[in-house]
Amino acid sequence: MKAINEAAVTFLSRSSNEGFARTTAACFAAQLDPTLDEVNDIKTAVSEAVTNCIVHAYPDTLGRISMKLRLFEDNSLEIVVKDWGVGIADVEQARTPLFTTGSEERSGMGFTIMESFMDTLKVRSVPERGTTVTMRRRISRRLGGRV
Amino acid sequence: MAVKCTGEDRVLTAQVSGEVDHHGAREIMGELERNIETSLPRVLELDLGGVTFMDSSGIAVLLRAYRRLGALGGEVRVHNVPPQAARVLRAAGLDKLIRF
Repeated sequence: MKAINEAAVTFLSRSSNEGFARTTAACFAAQLDPTLDEVNDIKTAVSEAVTNCIVHAYPDTLGRISMKLRLFEDNSLEIVVKDWGVGIADVEQARTPLFTTGSEERSGMGFTIMESFMDTLKVRSVPERGTTVTMRRRISRRLGGRV
Repeated sequence: MAVKCTGEDRVLTAQVSGEVDHHGAREIMGELERNIETSLPRVLELDLGGVTFMDSSGIAVLLRAYRRLGALGGEVRVHNVPPQAARVLRAAGLDKLIRF
C-alpha cells in the first residue's frame, strides 16, 4: 500500500525524550482526525516502544533511537521504532505478559500494552545489533477528516 | 512534585499528578515509598485525578505499592482514574487486583 505522508525523527535514549516521541507521533497522527481515545492509544504504544529502547536496548549507555511514521490511504498509521542496542535474545519470551529483565520499576507489560492498543505489532531483533518494532493502527473515518 | 502525600491515623493519601511514564515514575515511586515507610499505613488512598498520561510504568508503581501495603496488612484504594490511565490499568488486569 502506498504511503501518503511520512516523517522521521532520531533522538537520544534519554528518558526525557519519551514525552517528545509520543507527542510527535500524536501530532503526525492528527492528520487522520483521530478521536481522543485513538490519540491516547497511539501515545501509549509509542511510549512503551521508546521506553523499551531506553531501558533495555541501552541499559548502560546513551544510544540513538529512530521513529518513522507513515500514513496510508486506508486511514492507517504505521510507526516504526528502531534502536541499535543490545537486542532481544528471545522475542517470544519478551512479549510474554509480566516478563521483564528490568528492575522493579518495570512491569513487564510494555509489549502487552502495545499489542492491546495497536492493530498489529511486529518485533524484529538481532542480539548486539538492535531491535525494530513496527506497529499499525487504523483510524476510524469521521466526517470532516482532513487527509 | 508529581506526588503529594498527607496522612493521619495510618491512612496515607497520595495525590499523583502529571505524566506517569518511565521518566516520571521513579520520582513518584520514591516519594510514595518514603511516605509508606514513614507512616506504615493500613490504607493507601491513591488519587490519580491529576494524571495527564500513564503507561506501563504506572502499572509498576501501583503494583509495588500494592505489594508493600499487602506486606503491611493494609490495602490500596485508587480514586479518580482518568480514562486513558484506566485503559492502561485494565489492559494489564489491575482491575482484578485493585478496585478503581
